[in-house]
Amino acid sequence: MAESTLKTTAEAPKENRLGLKATDYSGGKSTLCAGCGHDAISNQIIRAFYEMSVSPERVAKFSGIGCSSKTPAYFLSRSHGFNAVHGRMPAVATGAILANHKILAIGVSGDGDTASIGLGQFMHMVRRNMPVIYIIENNGVYGLTKGQFSATADEGSKLKTGVINDLPPMDLCALAVELGCGYVARGFAGDPKQMVNILKGAIAHNGTSVIDVISPCVTFNNHEGSTKSYPYAKEHDELLHQIGFVQSYEQIEIEYEPGTMKEVTLHDGSRILLKKLEEDYDPTSAIDALQRLHRANTAGQMLTGLVYLQPEKKSFIDLLNVVDEPLNLLPIERTRPPKEALDKIMTELM
Amino acid sequence: MSDTLTATAVLEEPGAAAEPMVNDLTIHVATVNGSGSQSSNNVLMRSIFQMGVPVSGKNMFPSNIAGLPTWFTIRANKDGWIARKKEVDLMVCMNAQTARDDVDALLPGALCIYDAPLGCKSWRSDINFYEVPFAKLAAELSTDSRMRKLLTNMIYVGIVAELIGIERDEILAAITKQFKGKQKAIDPNVAAIDKGVEYAKANLPRQNRWRIERMNKTAGKIIIDGNAAAAIGAMFGGVTVVTWYPITPSSSLCESLIDYCRRFRIEKDGRANFAIVQAEDELAAVGMVLGAGWAGARSMTSTAGPGVSLMAEFIGLGYYAELPGVIWDIQRVGPSTGLPTRTAQGDVNQVAYLSHGDTQHIVLIPSSVKECFEFASEALDLAEIFQTPVFCLSDLDLGMNNWMSEPFDYPTEPIRRGKVLSAEQLAQLGGKWGRYNDVDGDGIPYRTLPGTDHPDAAYFTRGSGHDAFARYSERPDDYKNNLDRIARKFETAKQYVPKPVIDQRDGAKIGFIAYGTTDFPLEESRHQLSAERGIETSYLRLRALPLTDEVAQFVAKHDRIYVVEQNRDGQMADILRLHLGEEQRKLRKILHYTGLPCDARSITEAVVKMEASAEYPEMLLVVRADPPKKRVTTTVAQTIARGAED
Repeated sequence: MAESTLKTTAEAPKENRLGLKATDYSGGKSTLCAGCGHDAISNQIIRAFYEMSVSPERVAKFSGIGCSSKTPAYFLSRSHGFNAVHGRMPAVATGAILANHKILAIGVSGDGDTASIGLGQFMHMVRRNMPVIYIIENNGVYGLTKGQFSATADEGSKLKTGVINDLPPMDLCALAVELGCGYVARGFAGDPKQMVNILKGAIAHNGTSVIDVISPCVTFNNHEGSTKSYPYAKEHDELLHQIGFVQSYEQIEIEYEPGTMKEVTLHDGSRILLKKLEEDYDPTSAIDALQRLHRANTAGQMLTGLVYLQPEKKSFIDLLNVVDEPLNLLPIERTRPPKEALDKIMTELM
Repeated sequence: MSDTLTATAVLEEPGAAAEPMVNDLTIHVATVNGSGSQSSNNVLMRSIFQMGVPVSGKNMFPSNIAGLPTWFTIRANKDGWIARKKEVDLMVCMNAQTARDDVDALLPGALCIYDAPLGCKSWRSDINFYEVPFAKLAAELSTDSRMRKLLTNMIYVGIVAELIGIERDEILAAITKQFKGKQKAIDPNVAAIDKGVEYAKANLPRQNRWRIERMNKTAGKIIIDGNAAAAIGAMFGGVTVVTWYPITPSSSLCESLIDYCRRFRIEKDGRANFAIVQAEDELAAVGMVLGAGWAGARSMTSTAGPGVSLMAEFIGLGYYAELPGVIWDIQRVGPSTGLPTRTAQGDVNQVAYLSHGDTQHIVLIPSSVKECFEFASEALDLAEIFQTPVFCLSDLDLGMNNWMSEPFDYPTEPIRRGKVLSAEQLAQLGGKWGRYNDVDGDGIPYRTLPGTDHPDAAYFTRGSGHDAFARYSERPDDYKNNLDRIARKFETAKQYVPKPVIDQRDGAKIGFIAYGTTDFPLEESRHQLSAERGIETSYLRLRALPLTDEVAQFVAKHDRIYVVEQNRDGQMADILRLHLGEEQRKLRKILHYTGLPCDARSITEAVVKMEASAEYPEMLLVVRADPPKKRVTTTVAQTIARGAED
C-alpha cells in the first residue's frame, strides 16, 4: 500500500547516506513572524534535502524580494545563497546554472515577487525549463510592506483593513502547466508530510519544478474573510492524492488495488507514487490538470498535490548541448581557440 | 556652404582644368532601404581597399526594414584620414525621395551619377552630372524583377569604377569575397559590373578630377566592424556565458559571437564550451550575466542606451553585492523612438554612475576596432579582478560601420580571474575567511563559488546589508565600512584600467581631450589646425574610467583644454570638471550631436572660432558644431534627408 512508502520516508535515520546530520542542513534563525507558514516550508526543505542525501555544497539558493525571499537564509547554511532583486531571481538562477549546471538550484519566491513584478521572468524560466526548484510561498498579500493585496488574492478576499479584493486571482500552477512545466505541485504549509514528498520529487526532477505553497501570513492575512488563512485553507484543502516518494536506491514492495495508484519514474530513477483519490485524474495529462484546477477554483477549493508531471521533457541545459564540465571552471586552454583560429579569421577579413 | 578652409575640397568652376585629386574622395550613395545596396557598397569599398587606398564605409540607415531612405558613404584617403567628411565629391542618386536634397547639398564641381528618370541635371548648372538609364541596363541583364533591382546596384559600382579608375580585377575579387565564392551569385553581379563599365565607356564623358590609383597602404590590413571585433575579442578572452536581448545597434555583437563560437568553440565531441542565450528582455539579460558572474563564469551582454536604463537596478545590486559581469553599451541616439540608427556618445554619464545610491563604475572606452578586440577580453579580466560590473562603451559608428585595421594580435597573456578561493585554499585557511574582508588593503575581498566542496565555502549574497563576513547587518558602521571599501576598490582600479594615450607636443598651449570614435576626426582636425593654421596641439585620448593621474598632469601642461565629444551636454567634460578641481577653468567644450559621426572640419572651425574671439572668456565655453539648418520641409523622408546633409 502507499502507506508503506510513506513509512520509509518517515523513518529518518540519524545520519543520511553522506554521513551528514539533519543539523548540517539547518540555516540561520528566522526573523519572520512566529507561526509564519514560510518557516514550516523551510523546515520541510531542510528535511527533504537531508533525507535525499543531497550534498549541501552542491546546492545554490536563490530568492527575490519579500518575506519569502528572506527564507533561504534560514535553511541550508552550507549552501551558497543569493538574495536578488524583486521578481528577477529567475534570471540570476538561470545565469548561475549556465555557469555551473552541476549545482542544484532552489529558488524561493512569494506571490508578490512571482505573480506581479516577476511574472515575465517566471514564465520564461518555465518556458526554458531551467532546472530550478521554484517555490512560491503564497499568502495572497505583500507581507514585508505590511499587507497589500497580491495578484494571487482571491476575488472577494478581505484585507485586515476591510478592503475587499475585486480582481480575479492568478493561478500560478495553471500558468505553469500551460507553459509546459514538467513538475507542477500545490502544497499547504500546514501539511508537512505532503510538502516533503513534493520537494523530494522536485529534487529528483530534471527541469523546472513549480511548487505553489499556500502559506498563510499570520500577521496580515489570517483573519476571517481571508481566503489564504490557516482555518480557511484547512477547511478547503482538496487533496488530489496521497504522495509517496521512493528514491532510486530504495527497493519498496508496493501492493495496491489496480487503478488506485499512479507511479511515475523521474529523471534520476526515483519514483513518485500517487494514491489516487479521484479515479479519473491523470497527473501526466496537461488537459486533465488544467481542467481540475479550473474546477477547483470555481468550486472555491484549494487543490493540493502533484497537479502535473511530465519528467521526460528536456531541460534547457540539455538543449544547449554544453560540455559536461561546468563552464565556470573550464581552463583558458579550452576556452581560448588556438592562434590558427585567429589567423584564419584575420585572413578572411583581409 | 563656404568651406574655404577645406583642404580636400577646393572650390573650382565646373569644367575647369585641374590637377586630379588622387586617392582622396568621398562617395555618397543614396538608395532606398531594403533595395539590396549593401552588397554593392561593400564591394565598392573593398575594391578601393584592395587597391591599397585607406578607406572607410559608413552606413546611414533609417529605423525601417524597407522603403525609407538610406545612404552609404565611402571615404578614400591616401593619408589615412577615415573619419566622416561632410563634403561629398561623388554622389550616386538612386532614390527619388531624397534626390533633390542630395543634389542641393553638393559643392560646386562635384560629380553626380543619377538614375535617368530623376532628371537631376536640370536642377543645378555647377555640378558634373552623369545620367544613367539603370532600369534599361538592368533589363538587359535579367527578366526577374527582384534580380534587376539587385543588379541595378551593382551597375552603379561599374559606373563609379570606370569614372574614377577602380581596376576590374579588384572589383571581381571583392565580389568573390562578398558572395563567399558562390559562382551562381558571382556571375550575374560581374555581368552587372561590366554592363556599367561598358555603358560609362560608351556614353559618359570622362573626368579627371578624382582618381583612385593603386598604392600600398592597406596591405596586410583587415576590414571589420567594431561589434564583430568585440565578439572575436570576447571569444579569445574565454567568455563562457553570454546573455543578450536584441537592440540596435548592439545586436550584431552577440550575433557575431554566436557565429564565431559555433565555428571555434565547439569541442571534439560536438559540445559547446559556451552558453549564449537570448533573454526575454534586458533586465533578464543582465540578471543572467550577474548570476553567471557570481557562479564564476566569464559573462557578458551587449545592449544600447535604453537597455542600459533597464539594467540599472541590477547593476546597482552588482555593484554592492560585488558581482562580475561585462556590459557592452553600443551607444546610439535617444530613447527607443529617438533615432535608434544614429550614433552618439550620450551614455557616458549614465554608465559612469548607473543605479541607486553611491555607485561608480569601471568603464572601458575603445576608439578603434582593435581596441574593441582588446578591451573585450580586458573587461572580462577587470570584472573578475574587481568583482563588479564593467562597462565597455562603444557606439553605432564604431560598432556597425566598417573600419580598416591592423590585424589583431593573438593574446599571449594569461587571463586574470581575480581572488577566488578553492576548496583546497579554504582547507588551508581552516575555513576562516570573510567574504567582504579586505585582507589585502586594496578593497578587493576574496570570494568563493557555489559548488565549492568545502563546508565553510558558502556565504549569503545580498546588497549592502552585511558585515565583512557576509552576515546580515544593519549596523551603521558595517554599512559605512562596506561603502568605503568599495570606494577603495575603485581607487585600486586606477592602477589597472587602460591608461590614456597621450600625444604631447612641445610648446603646445592647446590640449584636446576626447574618447571613442571622436578620435578619428580629432586627429584629422589636429592635422588641419597644424597644416592650415600653424596651430600645434596636444591630445589625450581617454580610454577608461576611473580617470587616472595622467589626466590632471596633462591639463596642467596646457593653457586651454578642448573636450570634444558627441553629446549635447558635455558629459565627459562634467566628469573631468569634478575630477580636476581648480584646473577645470581651462576646460572648453566642443560638442557634436547630429546623430551623424563627428567630422574633422567641424572641430577645426570650432577651435579656430573659440581661439580667435575675445567673446569667449577663460571659462567653460560651448560651441555646438554642425548647427541645425533651417527646415523648409517637414515630411519624414525629407527630415531624414536633411540629416544626410547636416
